[in-house]
Amino acid sequence: MLRRLHHEQPDSFAFTPANQAWAEAQITKYPEGRQASAVIPILWRAQEQEGWVTKPALEYVADMLGMAYIRVLEVASFYFMFQLQPTGSVAHIQVCGTTSCMICGAEDLIAVCKDKIAAKPHTLSADGKFSWEEVECLGSCTNAPMAQIGKDYYEDLTAASFTKLIDDLAAGKAVVPGPQNGRYAAEPKSGLTSLKDYDADKPQYNASAALATELGDGVKRIQGDEVPLLTPWVGKDGVVAGRAAAEPTPAAPERPKPAAKQAEDAKKEAAPKKKAPVKKSDAATPAQPEAAAAKVTEPKAEPKAEATETVEEKAPETLTAAREGGADDLKLLKGVGPKLEQTLNELGFFHFDQIAKWTGAEVAWVDARLKFKGRIERDGWIDQAKQLASGEETEFAKSAKKDGRYKDKS
Amino acid sequence: MLKDQDRIFTNLYGMHERTLAGAQKRGHWDGTAGLIEKGRDWIIQTMKDSGLRGRGGAGFPTGLKWSFMPKESDGRPAYLVINADESEPGTCKDREIMRHDPHTLIEGALIASFAMNAHTCYIYLRGEYIREREALQAAIDECYDKGLLGKNAAGSGWDFDVFLHHGAGAYICGEETALIESLEGKKGMPRMKPPFPAGAGLYGCPTTVNNVESIAVVPTILRRGAEWFAGFGRQNNAGTKLFAISGHVNNPCVVEEAMSISFEELIEKHCGGIRGGWDNLLAVIPGGSSVPCVRGEKMRDAIMDFDYLRGELGSGLGTAAVIVMDKQTDIIKAIWRLSKFYKHESCGQCTPCREGTGWMMRVMDRLVRGEAELEEIDMLWDVTKQVEGHTICALGDAAAWPIQGLIRNFREEIEDRIKAQKTGRVGVMAAE
Repeated sequence: MLRRLHHEQPDSFAFTPANQAWAEAQITKYPEGRQASAVIPILWRAQEQEGWVTKPALEYVADMLGMAYIRVLEVASFYFMFQLQPTGSVAHIQVCGTTSCMICGAEDLIAVCKDKIAAKPHTLSADGKFSWEEVECLGSCTNAPMAQIGKDYYEDLTAASFTKLIDDLAAGKAVVPGPQNGRYAAEPKSGLTSLKDYDADKPQYNASAALATELGDGVKRIQGDEVPLLTPWVGKDGVVAGRAAAEPTPAAPERPKPAAKQAEDAKKEAAPKKKAPVKKSDAATPAQPEAAAAKVTEPKAEPKAEATETVEEKAPETLTAAREGGADDLKLLKGVGPKLEQTLNELGFFHFDQIAKWTGAEVAWVDARLKFKGRIERDGWIDQAKQLASGEETEFAKSAKKDGRYKDKS
Repeated sequence: MLKDQDRIFTNLYGMHERTLAGAQKRGHWDGTAGLIEKGRDWIIQTMKDSGLRGRGGAGFPTGLKWSFMPKESDGRPAYLVINADESEPGTCKDREIMRHDPHTLIEGALIASFAMNAHTCYIYLRGEYIREREALQAAIDECYDKGLLGKNAAGSGWDFDVFLHHGAGAYICGEETALIESLEGKKGMPRMKPPFPAGAGLYGCPTTVNNVESIAVVPTILRRGAEWFAGFGRQNNAGTKLFAISGHVNNPCVVEEAMSISFEELIEKHCGGIRGGWDNLLAVIPGGSSVPCVRGEKMRDAIMDFDYLRGELGSGLGTAAVIVMDKQTDIIKAIWRLSKFYKHESCGQCTPCREGTGWMMRVMDRLVRGEAELEEIDMLWDVTKQVEGHTICALGDAAAWPIQGLIRNFREEIEDRIKAQKTGRVGVMAAE
């Protein structure tokens, strides 16, 4: 079932002072740093206050608990009790339709809803007073069929008693929840078969119906003063005894970051970390060909490219002109085009063996002058140059020659 | 029939006084500190000896489960989490405990937590039980007020808190790791196991998740002795149990009875018989929606316990939520409704369940109308086998089993309907 935020949203949300106090009390139930645990109860209270979960309410709760908005939306859309669209001003009626209720007549109750409220669920009635939906098992199966209206269960219903119930609610009359057929709770309807001792002096209603009649808040919008949350677990000294007696709860692991954020962080972290290996290669001078060769054998293991900014530059040996026999075709290096070749020539590089000998510091020097940060390493120039200098061919050089892509110039 | 003095839930229907004083009059919170004084090992051994098997559906031995918790803390706290997310279709027993006999649960929470080295217990209540939440919270508040919870709870020297938490209408949160995720403020999607909750559960700490009824029977078992509890029911199926009988019996009800009671006795004694008599009994789902249905004629003499229902009838006791269907019931439609339930409640994490539950529901939908081919029955069977056992949690299995039960027991009815639909169609065409 697709569950999305409603297309029309109110401008703002705020808890009533009593509901705000209730929500803050709720948070004391969880260890420090784990206040996200309170998200369902507090969102539920927002719905009890407004009738449905609005986008401002969702953001309000997220801010209150230090959660990302999307995490709260995730919760609101996952749990079916959260109504993401406006509900009836008097009540939203939830008829249980699962098997036990179905075989005892739930379909008749749904027919009543379709007839009296709206043909489709989650739709307001013409007068705006009611909306309805079929829900899954509400856990009152021995009192089937039944429906939840507001805070209360109305059980052992028939189409007739259900119709009357809706009419009474619409008229603002007081209704008593619980079994609607004279039963007390979940005992056998024809009379007790066990626990008969107190039958005679039992209270008027079962525990649920008693609370409902005492509080009278079954279908009203909750303000927070109906059933305050007392937090007796917080002692006079402000200490929660059980929590204080136990070892501290470990901090919540950090939520994985989105890929974009990870890349950003990686970039920031990369610089200091990569410094060490690069510095090692700094020691090698162009006069030490074995050092360069050693690097060339394992080019991928040299993570110096990203580090160029922090590496000290060092000017490599350059030539004023090509040696006898003419310049190498530097365009055979993947990543070097006519424009770059010209620049390299101007800088004093004409031969593959020159490039093959660059050290980290020298790469940095060249890089700074090419204005193509990281390209030398990314395209593996040194590796390519080493191969080409020794007379081998690279894949790129082969294809570049074959298709004659630089024909006009070479 | 079980005698009243052997019933643990003496205020199941809420007709007695529901306050702490009332509970104490009925024998609850009696000598709790003394029980705790006997020590962790004694409590766990007594629970093992009592033979109590978890009341949430799977029937795992409770004492054994507790013994998986670390004996000493490694620097992390331990938690007891009570699963009060009662959502299995047909099941409505824990609700009666929480609203009418809440002190059995709160006292049990203290003792069980002590046995597991936990100073904190969370009760995860299903969101729809709003009045039950208020009733249970009032009972908890009263316990704090009287010193039965909090610092030096009930004079035991153990500092202990009970917190009531609730969900918001997701059946999957009855699965223990989904429940833990939900309690941490996330979507209720089950975790891979291992690690098991006893190793890393709530907030990454050692956690045991127990059903309400499993915890609520603890104080009485400890007070009256393991032998007393083990004296009810057949071997390996010990104790008393809350049965919730719904559907087509004359008097549906929740009642505490001895395990291994016969189905006939349960129905005759407490439910006033089958609607229309025993000859009118079509099928029974003996343990909540997740267990396969059984044909009525096999049920009359059935013994209501874990081993008989699984071993002899290929079904299960589950939560002991008995759904009775008489011959006026469209059994295919009744099972289709369960398929719809599982499709609605699949959390969407595993593909076989996410796709399979919808697939199965749509085929069932056509079987209800008879607008299908005979081969599709086997095809549906095959799909249930593809879903079963291929998901992180048991919801996939639970969605598959009712359909398997239907095909195993009522194949003829499905075939007849398809044939009738076909001949009906032929008839209409001939008339044209």
